[in-house]
Amino acid sequence: MDIKAYIILSLVLFTIGIIGVLVRRNAIIIFMCVELMLNAVNLLLVAFSKMHALSIAAKASANFASDAQIFVFFIMVVAAAEVSVGLAIIVMMYRNVHTVDVNFLNRLKN
Amino acid sequence: MNNIFKLVWLIPILPLLGFLINGLGRKMLSKTVSGFVGSAVVFASFLLSVLVFLQVKAGNTNTIHFFDFIHLKSLNIAFDFKIDQLSSLFLLIITGVGFLIHVYSTSYMHDEEGKDFAKYFAYLNLFVFSMLLLVMGGNYLIMFIGWEGVGLCSYLLIGYWFKNVDYTNAAKKAFIMNRIGDLGFLLALFWLISKIGTIEYNQVFTAASLAKLSTFDITGITLLMFVGATGKSAQIPLFTWLPDAMAGPTPVSALIHAATMVTAGIYMIARSNALFTLAPITLNVITIVGLATALLAASIAIKQNDIKKVLAYSTVSQLGFMFVALGTGNYVAAVFHVITHAFFKALMFLGSGSVIHAMGGEQDIRKMGGLHKHMKITSITFLIGCLAIAGIPGFSGFFSKDEILAGAFSHNPIIFSLLLFAALLTAFYMFRLYIITFSGTFRGTHDQEHHLHESPSAMTLPLIILAILSVVGGFIGVPEVLGGHHWLAAFLSPVVKSATHHLEHSTEYMLMGITTVLVLISITFAWVRFKNYKVAGESTGLGKILENKWYVDELYQMAIVNPLKSISAFFNNIIEIKLIDGAVNGVGKLVTYSSRQLRWLQSGQVGAYVLLMVVGMLILFFIQLFL
Repeated sequence: MDIKAYIILSLVLFTIGIIGVLVRRNAIIIFMCVELMLNAVNLLLVAFSKMHALSIAAKASANFASDAQIFVFFIMVVAAAEVSVGLAIIVMMYRNVHTVDVNFLNRLKN
Repeated sequence: MNNIFKLVWLIPILPLLGFLINGLGRKMLSKTVSGFVGSAVVFASFLLSVLVFLQVKAGNTNTIHFFDFIHLKSLNIAFDFKIDQLSSLFLLIITGVGFLIHVYSTSYMHDEEGKDFAKYFAYLNLFVFSMLLLVMGGNYLIMFIGWEGVGLCSYLLIGYWFKNVDYTNAAKKAFIMNRIGDLGFLLALFWLISKIGTIEYNQVFTAASLAKLSTFDITGITLLMFVGATGKSAQIPLFTWLPDAMAGPTPVSALIHAATMVTAGIYMIARSNALFTLAPITLNVITIVGLATALLAASIAIKQNDIKKVLAYSTVSQLGFMFVALGTGNYVAAVFHVITHAFFKALMFLGSGSVIHAMGGEQDIRKMGGLHKHMKITSITFLIGCLAIAGIPGFSGFFSKDEILAGAFSHNPIIFSLLLFAALLTAFYMFRLYIITFSGTFRGTHDQEHHLHESPSAMTLPLIILAILSVVGGFIGVPEVLGGHHWLAAFLSPVVKSATHHLEHSTEYMLMGITTVLVLISITFAWVRFKNYKVAGESTGLGKILENKWYVDELYQMAIVNPLKSISAFFNNIIEIKLIDGAVNGVGKLVTYSSRQLRWLQSGQVGAYVLLMVVGMLILFFIQLFL
């Protein structure tokens, strides 16, 4: 399939993720959007890896263009770790201000 | 002794010293000491001036160089004094009459507090210092320093009783009008420098330097100098300050506004006679302005009721006479009239001070009358002054005034007749003043009548001395027609070259005769009119116009002061408040506005920080992509 479709999809997902992070007020939704961004990047990496593999396949038999696919695993692991830490922080926040609205996080103001 | 010239610098420095002592020590010195110090320094200067005069009379003139004042590549102006016939004569007048007035002041001002008394003498000494600089200067710059100095001292002394707003307004008016004239003087100096490159008298008045000036240059320079003289010597249009200047103490009026400062303009023109002789247009202008001023002021004086205002307008009128003399090329006659006028006008001002003193401060002649029997010395000396100013033969005013009239006649008979009319008005208003004040019955209050007394000798002695001078002072200039040899003209001839005007002896006799007869008729008319003076009601018609001084002050107020006020109001409200304040305040407002916007950078909102992060990333991305 045309690589452009994957790129555009990835781009759209990434943008939606960014806008979600900027616009939404609920901390958990923001986390979901961060995950969305990470997954968009994963998608892009896999797509490029396949594209690369397809162009080498004509020359050699072994498709060693799977670096990106390995990288995707790394990203997933990091995402998992980050989510656990982040949710822990949100729980602490809830315990202090009894809300998950990020607009209340303005103690850095003065 | 020829080495008197080495001590010439002392002549102005002594009054300056007196100024410093009295000025700095005014809270510490007693009144006797300050009065003594103030008068003694002027007397010492007078003695030195006499010695200098004797040297000059023997034929030794000198230019004494002190130091280089301004030293540019092309312009060298030195600080030097020029001691010659003209300046030595003026030195005598300034220090001599000045000394008499200082002595008079010690008694006249004795009611003042100690520190105000010393302040008065300090200012008076500063004035003498500036006036001496003016006449002794060897170039126009030193003259200008003295010129400004006397204007300043005039301001300080007119506004001496500064707690009265009217007096300080009068002082301001005097100073501002003086300054307008000074602008003309300065422009003339700049023009002179740009054309010749020097302003030293010794270098400007040589034929070589004068040849460098075109007729346009000379006419322009002399006209601008005359503008300066107009301001200082109270001619049309800058004369209205002098009557208002009567707000100052009477000795001040005598010294500054009769004998010395107002003659600075005459001195300047007499000194520059070489320039003025080459500018006939300017001379005509001077004649016309002088004549108009003489007539205008004399006409106002006949209707004034304040003793000092009459004398003030008389001064303006007599200055007009002097300017007519200058305009007809008769420089010696002008200087002669300066000298005789100094004597009799100072005499009359001091006499009026004596009267005011006796009347307890009253200056309105409608409340006086019959003072002769209470103050004989003042009355007789004042009468001598009146006879002198009217031009009765034998008194000093006769010789000087007749010389002016003769010069005017040989120039143009119409000028002569108008000037003669002014002289008749002079006699009329002067004797009106004398008769109303000193003869008849007393019209004041009972308390004032009890207070009437002759003044102490410190005041009457100067009156007597000045009266003697008013009589004999004329004999320095007896014309050939009457058998003399006009010592003054001969004395001044190296410096002041008068236009020679030859009148037949018979014509001169006839002129003198006509003048004297008409003056006597004028005096008789005044006597008849005013001998049974009762206070008249409101004046009507021409009398009202004259009493209101031809509404000149009101004209100036309407034509000059009010437009100036509205222009400055415009500038203040629109340009100052809206534009300039707006700009300055606008900078402040800009800072507060932008700071309020930039505050959002640190709102503490995490969302805002993330947004900024994203924006930053995008910018970097675009820079990467396109650069």
